[in-house]
Amino acid sequence: MWRPCGTFDDTYEKNISIVRTPAQWILTLASLVALALVPQFASGRVIVTVNLIGISIISAQGLNVLTGMTGQISLGQAAFMGVGAFIQMMLMNHLGFPFWLALPFAMLFTGLMGVFFGLPSLRIKGFYLAMATLAAQFLVPWMIIHIRPDITGGTNTITIKPASLFGMVLSSQSRIYYVIMFCTVVVIYLMRNLARCKIGRAFIAIRDNDLAAEVMGLEIFRYKLLSFFICSLLAGLAGGLWTIWMGSVNVDIFTLEESVWYLGMIIVGGLGSVPGAVFGVIFIRLLYLFIIIWAPTVSGFFPTVFAASIEKGLHPLLFGLIILLFLIYEPRGMSHRWEIVKNWYRSWPFSPGV
Amino acid sequence: MLTLQFFTTGLLVGGIYALIAVGIVLVYKATRIFNFAVGELLALGGFFCYTFFVLFHFPLWLSALGTLIMAVITGSLVERLVLRPLLSQSILTIIMATLALSCILRGLMLIFWTGYSLSFPEPLLPRKPFIVRDIVMPQEMMWGFIIAMIAFIVLAYFFLKTRTGLRMRSVSEDHELSMACGVNITRIFALTWIFAAVLGTLGGVLLGNRIGLSAVLTPPIALKAFPAVLFGGVESISGAILGGLITGIIENLVGGLIDPSLGEISPYVILLLVLILRPTGLFGLKRVERI
Repeated sequence: MWRPCGTFDDTYEKNISIVRTPAQWILTLASLVALALVPQFASGRVIVTVNLIGISIISAQGLNVLTGMTGQISLGQAAFMGVGAFIQMMLMNHLGFPFWLALPFAMLFTGLMGVFFGLPSLRIKGFYLAMATLAAQFLVPWMIIHIRPDITGGTNTITIKPASLFGMVLSSQSRIYYVIMFCTVVVIYLMRNLARCKIGRAFIAIRDNDLAAEVMGLEIFRYKLLSFFICSLLAGLAGGLWTIWMGSVNVDIFTLEESVWYLGMIIVGGLGSVPGAVFGVIFIRLLYLFIIIWAPTVSGFFPTVFAASIEKGLHPLLFGLIILLFLIYEPRGMSHRWEIVKNWYRSWPFSPGV
Repeated sequence: MLTLQFFTTGLLVGGIYALIAVGIVLVYKATRIFNFAVGELLALGGFFCYTFFVLFHFPLWLSALGTLIMAVITGSLVERLVLRPLLSQSILTIIMATLALSCILRGLMLIFWTGYSLSFPEPLLPRKPFIVRDIVMPQEMMWGFIIAMIAFIVLAYFFLKTRTGLRMRSVSEDHELSMACGVNITRIFALTWIFAAVLGTLGGVLLGNRIGLSAVLTPPIALKAFPAVLFGGVESISGAILGGLITGIIENLVGGLIDPSLGEISPYVILLLVLILRPTGLFGLKRVERI
């Protein structure tokens, strides 16, 4: 980790700390305060978007652990979010759990579900594993719709009562914001640490060469399952928060397309990078918003027969194009660009031309 | 009797799955790329045929020719613009590139042909069903099956008897070695993608003729070819054909005798079981890895 000149790490605690210098502390605290103040200034629509981004960041961080760090491809992230969302709904509606108690159960159950679909990773990898998670993407909605439609609600939209915390009803988006942002910040902090502890290094070793990792004495199957567990745990958290955020669940939200978006987000951000996953989520979600706002203007230039279909088709088209351009021209993603900018700033005015 | 009926229907549907599966296996064998955009390529082919036949009122032979030409153009464009720049990248990059390609194609199809389901007003193939001892065989499915089988025979002839087929087989064995033997492997890659697009188009036309075309609903049908591919083993063309037929049969037997919704997902249950029990499939090669 980079430190300014003259900062000496004379103890181990100082060496491993993420936030170290006074300037870093000020920046961290200032951004936390800024995050806490967002609902005071932002309008309702902005808060809704920020909440969605927060939830997506949690889910993308999970996928980043599995795909970015461990190198196991998952096409089922949205399905796992669906599991979390429905467990959350069932616990709150049928068993009367408060949301903060239902959330850990939803996470745990989703985690175990992820481990189940990760079991084939014992013998397969690469696109075979993508296939196994693709199967999850089709099996999970089927289970939700057909196994016990009287409990899960089948294809209907099921609403939940507004969640409450410490006697305060989380009825408005700006109150839910604090719950979501708290979870997001904690998840980002934990993932940042995970990347540099023993488990994270084992993950990276498995990604770089799983056979070599095994020869070095890592139990790769255990670590792969652990990676699946963490990934789906966070997907479950994101799903549970989604339920509270929307106030309802519907099985149609958690589609294969959504799963592909999550993969796209971490690729645009930079695979295996914690800040990258944050950048990627913000980029893709804002792109979506941008298209929704600008598509009517764009389609206005075309004859009316085309207008409606252009609004619908523009989003997958642009999303695919951006992923492809990133894959070809900047495979290390936005986090790599961010590092370049930081280095340029640090060595200014002697920085090499960008 | 009912069982036999579902078996027959499954076999006929399986012909189309086998066609799609062979397209996937072809691309995988030659280029080591697993094509997730197969569903969109298929729907696109169907839409081309729809455009020529229904919108432009071309006669059948001319629209077939036009569709073929468009499929060739699509295949070469896809190879040149999307996959050539990503040659010999990591597996995740490749998978993501084909997923991005599927998004792009879906977007284009939504823009040009809208999201609504289109169906051929007059069928391309005769629709009067054959009835053999109480077993109904819809004629257009019969024709679809026959066309698929003819396509397989043509493919087999191409691979076993022509020089280009020999080159393609050598490329699928080893890229560097075949390059050293003077095979222009980039041209072979382009040819492979053209083949894949043509096969997908054939499947798309057959499927569109039977149940209509939609940019949103048609591609997921092609995803059922993935279980077929893995069932047979991803390196084996005959395995893909067999896997496609078996997938169709199981889907229709389970769907008809137990529960239609269970039939829809039964290919994926099989997929998961195959992956856990025998990842190489029936005829796939066991890979030996070195550090």
